[in-house]
Amino acid sequence: MQRLIDRAKELLASGEVARVLGWKKGDLGFNPEPSYFETAESLDNDFVYDGFCGANLSKYMIEASKKDGKTLVFLKPCDTYSFNQLIKEHRVDREKAYIIGVGCKGKLDIEAIKAMGVKGILEVSGADINSDCETLTVKTLYGDKEVSYNDAMLERCHVCKGKEHQICDEVMLDSRDTKDAERFAEIEKIEAMSPMEKFEFFKKELSKCIRCNACRNVCPACSCRKCVFDSNKFDEATKANVDSFEEKMFHIIRAFHVAGRCTDCGECSRVCPQGIPLHLFNRKFIKDIDTFYGEFQAGEDSETKGPLTAFTFDDVEPSIVTERG
Amino acid sequence: MSMNNEFKPKIVAFCCNWCSYAGADLAGSSRLQYPADVKIIRVPCSCRVNPMFILRAFEKGADGVIMCGCHPGDCHYSTGNYYARRRMTLLFSMLEYLGIENGRTRVEWVSAAEGVKFSTTMNEFVDKIRSLGENVRLGDLRCKD
Repeated sequence: MQRLIDRAKELLASGEVARVLGWKKGDLGFNPEPSYFETAESLDNDFVYDGFCGANLSKYMIEASKKDGKTLVFLKPCDTYSFNQLIKEHRVDREKAYIIGVGCKGKLDIEAIKAMGVKGILEVSGADINSDCETLTVKTLYGDKEVSYNDAMLERCHVCKGKEHQICDEVMLDSRDTKDAERFAEIEKIEAMSPMEKFEFFKKELSKCIRCNACRNVCPACSCRKCVFDSNKFDEATKANVDSFEEKMFHIIRAFHVAGRCTDCGECSRVCPQGIPLHLFNRKFIKDIDTFYGEFQAGEDSETKGPLTAFTFDDVEPSIVTERG
Repeated sequence: MSMNNEFKPKIVAFCCNWCSYAGADLAGSSRLQYPADVKIIRVPCSCRVNPMFILRAFEKGADGVIMCGCHPGDCHYSTGNYYARRRMTLLFSMLEYLGIENGRTRVEWVSAAEGVKFSTTMNEFVDKIRSLGENVRLGDLRCKD
């Protein structure tokens, strides 16, 4: 972590970048938040990079691209897919970004630790990027507990896309591939259910939604200047949840809007305060696109056309859905 | 007169202006029959059909939605229906994944010369929706109401 701070200070001092986009300490030891740093002192005091820095900083580069001067941004391997996708959509300016591809050993989910029955968490140690990332020591009100690092990872890290940065100016720190599950295993499990079971499953999950819009706000693919879910009657940030249609269909529509552009970064599921597995929608579209139109990973590069803005003459007919039973 | 309690499905058909709408016209002028439960909405091209239109139709009480367009390759705008085809395939697959009954949605390519196909397709589709019954699931995905 100190190496990152030193390098950031160096770049700030040389005038190469005007600001640094990274993570700063949160009010608790395990909730760092994205932040800009403009001085060496603020980097020294607040900058943090550990296992809890799950936030994907690509989307913040949309705003940063409008500012004067370059912004130094730290991107984890999976975040670089989102950045590439944003370049493709002309939402970020590559020239305005100095990208340090930062190593990642899997990011942690405090909710996963809580779900193991660990209560009263005060502090988590062993999440440092330089540690071996095998066990975490959780300091709680009721004494110390040890949990396995891998069990405490975010869902997306279990289906890790690899440790290669797709786009960056330099790479710092080591990464490891944390993939230990099949990406589409969950989807296949749901597909095997009967229609009624599927319906009950999704109804149960979606009924938890409080329409806080966190999934939309965090999603790097949801970067429209004006969103269909904003009320057109009031301020643009006002949610249009007076409309029962959007209430009910919000997640289907949102998943469709990002279909073919979603890099499966998993931010939606990470931020959902209600713990709805939102990646199940996006990943279903990815799976279908893979089966119907050939494998496609959004954000692998910043050139190729997305599957929904392209076609071939012999695409499958929509009736395939009913015919396959 | 006895009250008729038979289920009358509400069916929305999105028909493209250039082929399917003309196909429906031909079905009419050829005096071919199809159920009056089908309400046709004319769109400039099948590509104009935003997946949200289909969801909106269900939310407003439709029991089935069918989209008709020119045969692939015959689009008035050259390529519109190719894009529509991809979109609808993904949407239908998603609806199936969410547990919505298979067959409430359908895409059929009907040319301006296929009045007979239009009428048989509509008859088939209405029968299918009658057998599926009223649409409750799509309007009720979030049970908070």
